[in-house]
Amino acid sequence: MTTTERGTDTTAISAEALERGFDSSRLSGVLSATERPPRPSGLSSSITFGWRAVLKIKHVPEQLFDVTLFPIMMTLMFTYLFGGALAGSTTEYLQYFLPGILVASIAMITMYTGVAVNTDIAKGVFDRFRTLPMWRPAPMVGYLLGDLFRYVIASVVIVVMGLILGYRPAGGVVGVLAGVLVLLVFCFAFSWVWTMFGLLLRSEKSVMGVSMMVLMPLTFLSSVYVDPSTMPGWLQAFVKVNPVTHVADAVRATMSGVWDGSALLWVAVWTVALTVVFGTWTMRLYNRT
Amino acid sequence: MTAPPAIQAEGLIKVFGSNRAVDGVDLTVGSGTVYGLLGPNGAGKTTVVKMLATLLRPDGGEAQVFGRDVRREADHVRELISLTGQYASVDEDLTGTENLVLLGRLLGAGKRAARNRSAQLLEAFGLTEAADRQVKQYSGGMRRRIDIAASILSTPKLLFLDEPTTGLDPRSRNQVWEIVRAVVAQGTTVLLTTQYLDEADQLASRIAVIDHGTVIAEGTKGELKASVGLGTVHVRLRDADRRAEAAEVLERVLGSEVTLDADPVAVTARIGERDTGGPGAVVEGTPVTELAAEQAALALTELARAGIVVDTFSLGQPSLDEVFLALTDHPASDRSVDAEATEQGAAA
Ligand SMILES: Nc1ncnc2c1ncn2[C@@H]1O[C@H](COP(=O)(O)OP(=O)(O)O)[C@@H](O)[C@H]1O
Ligand SMILES: [Mg+2]
Repeated sequence: MTTTERGTDTTAISAEALERGFDSSRLSGVLSATERPPRPSGLSSSITFGWRAVLKIKHVPEQLFDVTLFPIMMTLMFTYLFGGALAGSTTEYLQYFLPGILVASIAMITMYTGVAVNTDIAKGVFDRFRTLPMWRPAPMVGYLLGDLFRYVIASVVIVVMGLILGYRPAGGVVGVLAGVLVLLVFCFAFSWVWTMFGLLLRSEKSVMGVSMMVLMPLTFLSSVYVDPSTMPGWLQAFVKVNPVTHVADAVRATMSGVWDGSALLWVAVWTVALTVVFGTWTMRLYNRT
Repeated sequence: MTAPPAIQAEGLIKVFGSNRAVDGVDLTVGSGTVYGLLGPNGAGKTTVVKMLATLLRPDGGEAQVFGRDVRREADHVRELISLTGQYASVDEDLTGTENLVLLGRLLGAGKRAARNRSAQLLEAFGLTEAADRQVKQYSGGMRRRIDIAASILSTPKLLFLDEPTTGLDPRSRNQVWEIVRAVVAQGTTVLLTTQYLDEADQLASRIAVIDHGTVIAEGTKGELKASVGLGTVHVRLRDADRRAEAAEVLERVLGSEVTLDADPVAVTARIGERDTGGPGAVVEGTPVTELAAEQAALALTELARAGIVVDTFSLGQPSLDEVFLALTDHPASDRSVDAEATEQGAAA
């Protein structure tokens, strides 16, 4: 019975499968006695949505380019571009710069959250999600959880790159892990900005545009690339209140085994403020219509 | 105290900009029944469904689902309903299994229970072979089946089906109908929207005809059929001279007006309701097609008896257009087409 067709299209379902398809006599058995189980907790629903995001990565692995190739490019480019000029040698520059580029790269990657929300929300399946009796923010928190997975990958890529290029963190393994953790906590909060824009703006393009307009000044006008003390006063004023500076300072200190209480406190303040303001705003937009 | 109806809506309104998409819709849907919302593209069917399913806030009016207000008690309403939207209502990037497990988990099932339930439903819906393929690779019929399977992971009290068979081939359409019947047999109430009179007739017990955001007719199937008729008989005769005679025969048998077409040998006659089982009576529960076929057969027999030779014969079901003609004296208009035409007019 097997046909020996060549070049069978693997994406099409075989006619045989279709024929075997469907028999209504089997239906009634599965329909009865399926009362709804008790409603899951908000955390459980959020994790389920996070799992959905990871499944999507599994089906479309190309989307990992932005968390692998992009950070590699950033690290190489800036190490060799600025290294010699700014610090005399690339290895020396790397000790200052690597935690910064880690923060900048991951802050840049957070903007894909907005793009994902924007394209996903228009699909029919979202109507279904919104008719489920569950904790309302779960789909949004799910995006952020899925994205944390991406940030971890990017962090590993950058730290490994740095080690290869000659980065030697004084904080050791513990310091590096703690530094990455601080960054992830901040990015989780920061991503609410993008869920908000993802829901607010009409098209994927405008989400990208706004994201770049926000991210470019935030990442460049910070302590990531150069020591702020070399900058003119008016610029220092901005750099000093820029959250990316605080995060970069906190991560840099933590990775070198130093406790920078003030930077860490600032990160904590930003984390809470961003979550409260943009989390609330996101949910207002989500519940609107 | 009697139990509240599955849906009770009064004066529902939704306005998009200057477009009154839904303009004062009243609906009462009894528990355990299938209710058909029949109307052309752009009539406002999806908007009504979205308001009842807590996805859109009504701009005016009230609606309750099993006595729970869709605005103030939205969360409670969501525990009672499932929605199979007009367009892909599962995640096309995920596989059939992944979709059902995901939704099962979101409804509160444990990992194991969700997996078992998913496998069981995929089997019953004839999708086991496709369980591990991404839904975007499914055929139209399979897609619709997984859409519906996703809605009955746990039995909802009220199921919304928004145009479940639009664009499906007849076979897949029949499968969807069988599924709907099986779901209703378990006691679930169904609100079904459709553009096909035939579909509403097959599945629904009551039907509301909706156009430009308002209900223009509402009643049992029988009431609706009585006002619309069963379809049309079209005959072409061998001999043009006998046309007048044939028209007379048809008029007598079918009891409805007869049109003499431009074609000199053709006669078209509407099949009315009144000759089935007594004057004005409607045989409840008998599909339109069967009643129409019965009467058409009778008409043919009578023509033969009169010695009039028929060359070709066809039996047409009443189209949505005819329903609208009968109810409103204007054909069903597709609003989106209207809009396009206006735009083109403006551009020209
Ligand atoms: N989100 C929306 N924004 C603006 N107009 C809309 C929106 N949804 C529907 N409409 C308009 O409302 C009318 C009714 O649409 P809809 O409820 O989808 O009709 P149906 O489901 O019967 O085809 C149409 O004119 C449509 O263009
Ligand atoms: Mg619609």
